[in-house]
Amino acid sequence: MTPDFHKNYFELFGQPPTFRVDMALLDGKYRDIQSQVHPDRFAHADEAQKRLSMQWATFANEAYQTLKQPLSRARYLLSLNGVDTAEESNTSMPAAFLMQQMEWREGIMEARAAGDIAALEHLGAKLRAERRGLEEKLEALLDQSHDYPAAAEAVRMLKFIEKLGEEINLAIEALEN
Amino acid sequence: MALLQIAEPGLSAAPHQHRLAVGIDLGTTNSLVATVQSAMSVVLNDEDGRALLPSVVRYLPDGTTYVGYPAQAMQSADPHNTIVSVKRFMGRGVKDIPDAERMPYQFVDAPGMVQLKTVAGVKSPVEVSAEILRVLRERAEHALGGELVGAVITVPAYFDDAQRQATKDAARLAGLNVLRLLNEPTAAAVAYGLDNAAEGVYAVFDLGGGTFDISILKLSKGVFEVLATNGDSALGGDDFDQRVFCWILEQAKLPPLGPHDSRTLLTKAREAKEWLTEHPEANITALLDCGMAVDLTLTSTTFAEITQHLVSKTLQPTRKALRDAGLGPEEVKGVVMVGGSTRMPNIQKAVGDYFGQEPLNNLDPDKVVALGAAIQANVLAGNRGEDDWLLLDVIPLSLGIETMGGLVEKIIPRNSTIPVARAQEFTTYKDGQTAMSMHVVQGERELVAECRSLAKFELRGIPPMVAGAARVRVTFQVDADGLLSVTAREKSTGVETTVAVKPSYGLSDEEITRMLTESREHAKDDMAARMLRENQVEARRLLDAVQAALDEDGSLLDDRERAAIGQLMDALRAVTETGDSPTIKQALEALNRGTESFAARRMDRSVQKALSGHKLSELEVGEG
Repeated sequence: MTPDFHKNYFELFGQPPTFRVDMALLDGKYRDIQSQVHPDRFAHADEAQKRLSMQWATFANEAYQTLKQPLSRARYLLSLNGVDTAEESNTSMPAAFLMQQMEWREGIMEARAAGDIAALEHLGAKLRAERRGLEEKLEALLDQSHDYPAAAEAVRMLKFIEKLGEEINLAIEALEN
Repeated sequence: MALLQIAEPGLSAAPHQHRLAVGIDLGTTNSLVATVQSAMSVVLNDEDGRALLPSVVRYLPDGTTYVGYPAQAMQSADPHNTIVSVKRFMGRGVKDIPDAERMPYQFVDAPGMVQLKTVAGVKSPVEVSAEILRVLRERAEHALGGELVGAVITVPAYFDDAQRQATKDAARLAGLNVLRLLNEPTAAAVAYGLDNAAEGVYAVFDLGGGTFDISILKLSKGVFEVLATNGDSALGGDDFDQRVFCWILEQAKLPPLGPHDSRTLLTKAREAKEWLTEHPEANITALLDCGMAVDLTLTSTTFAEITQHLVSKTLQPTRKALRDAGLGPEEVKGVVMVGGSTRMPNIQKAVGDYFGQEPLNNLDPDKVVALGAAIQANVLAGNRGEDDWLLLDVIPLSLGIETMGGLVEKIIPRNSTIPVARAQEFTTYKDGQTAMSMHVVQGERELVAECRSLAKFELRGIPPMVAGAARVRVTFQVDADGLLSVTAREKSTGVETTVAVKPSYGLSDEEITRMLTESREHAKDDMAARMLRENQVEARRLLDAVQAALDEDGSLLDDRERAAIGQLMDALRAVTETGDSPTIKQALEALNRGTESFAARRMDRSVQKALSGHKLSELEVGEG
């Protein structure tokens, strides 16, 4: 039997459905729920309870991870409002953003070829600043102006940025090995 | 009619006698068993007062099996039939084992997992490990004077699904009820966290005999959260021995040696390494069967030089784990040292230099994992209240599936908190296609060939449709032990096909039964009697649990529901003492099914309680 997970993730943690979240509160509620439903609480229980506990703990983990990360939180919030971020299909981006993307990507390739870890870390710091900017923009678009199409585009941009961040990490790893 | 039991308000009616539970560190080189006695975690010694059980199993032609010191003593004399470091073979194929050709064993390549040919027949690493676990179980039952409710068995955090499954199978084979597979570093942190009331970010540096793990954990208010884990499942103290062994061969200009001489020199190499922990130099002398003599002096400086690359190999995963956790070494509050190999001064120094602080060595690095596992076993067995800590563990390696061109599509990324589930939809690429094959892999690389293959399965019975019309939803579920199960379901036509997939290396129930029958101890045992006893224990356990649930949350049921559950309980109670195995099992399952909806409602209520309770505490704190 599957428990009825009718609640959305915000309701589960007793939070308003906004992009801005109180992280400390979210952390606290997540732990409160896990302390009730986690399989470790049911290690000596019967099979039905064990299964239920696993399903609940899985649900709580999924909900928490979704709300914890800005990208997935924004995506989820948009989906609650019936907006698909179409990250796979919609690849149109403002030209200026695309230009900057290419510059960054070249920067990563050059630094990698030169074995310059410091340059990669510098790029990483710039990316983090860019990401913070996009997150502020998302908060304004989602919580104040409710401009969902614009927010969906910001989500797609954020996804780009995160992918670049991963590439930087991979490049650093490759150089360190 | 049974008398109604009325519990003290707020107290559960479940029996409060101490349930016997143990923590087992199933190590590459040595294994230990520990338990909590009078609120203290203690390692249980053997009859001679020794805590460590060497993880060595020797098979004799007549089927006799020696485990531990007696087996270790015969390592040189009977290398083919004396299995050491079997942990390295768990869930592994021949090609996964480095230096397989240099080992004295006759490997038999079996699908999924390698097997070993001995005078007592072909043995799976699962069976060998079960011999070790059985000795520890008997030691514990003897020391504690009763049957065990269950055990927490530790595994390296970096163990993949195949290795975890093999460990769980070994425990089943040894007659142990596995309460949880627990990551070794987490167990170590449990031991330290409680003793030192630690809060903050900790690194657990675990260099054992055959595996290396680094974990970054956050300890706060009773929650142990694993932020990241990394490591090398083929790096450990044995590699240092091997390095010294090679150094001896080079220095003494020895010809290729027979298995006996190799074993002798390997033992000398290990002794020299251990001597160097406290001394500046070690003498290595040996007279070999081949007639040659070895007489060398190994200084700690030379030792540091020849093992430098091994020490460096531990720092790479350390850096990776910190990066995954988004932290720098300076943010780590303490470094817990685990595993006998961390006694090496050059390891201590490298770790100290990297983290900029002295590593923690208060607890015996050989015992700390077992001590922590025992503490967790005590909690899981239900010997403590609800205000205990909670372990939020993660999956160490990403799970994915093979897509076109041998590429991996990641489904669950590494370091996801478990239990975790992800669903992904797939479709057909040809008109009229009625089957789909899936290949599940584990690892971080992009190519399937470079990841570990976990399972291959076919989903059949897809209704024929045009390409792209079928909707196959594949769900990956990783449980709290870190073990994967996969279900697939085709739902475009409303016809749902569900297949549960057990990874190919896992042992089926039939195989477990066969192994149990084959093992001497259990062949003598009456299997039917044993099964009856297990079912009776299970029935009493379930009756207690349901009774406790009714006492606590009976108000969630109406009279009719309560009566229905009462009937099922009476039925089970009636057959428990008098019935045969199948009858008890049937009544057990009926009660399990009959309480499902009650259990669901209880869970809902406790979640509600958790949430409302938190609001109150916020009001008290008064922060906005």
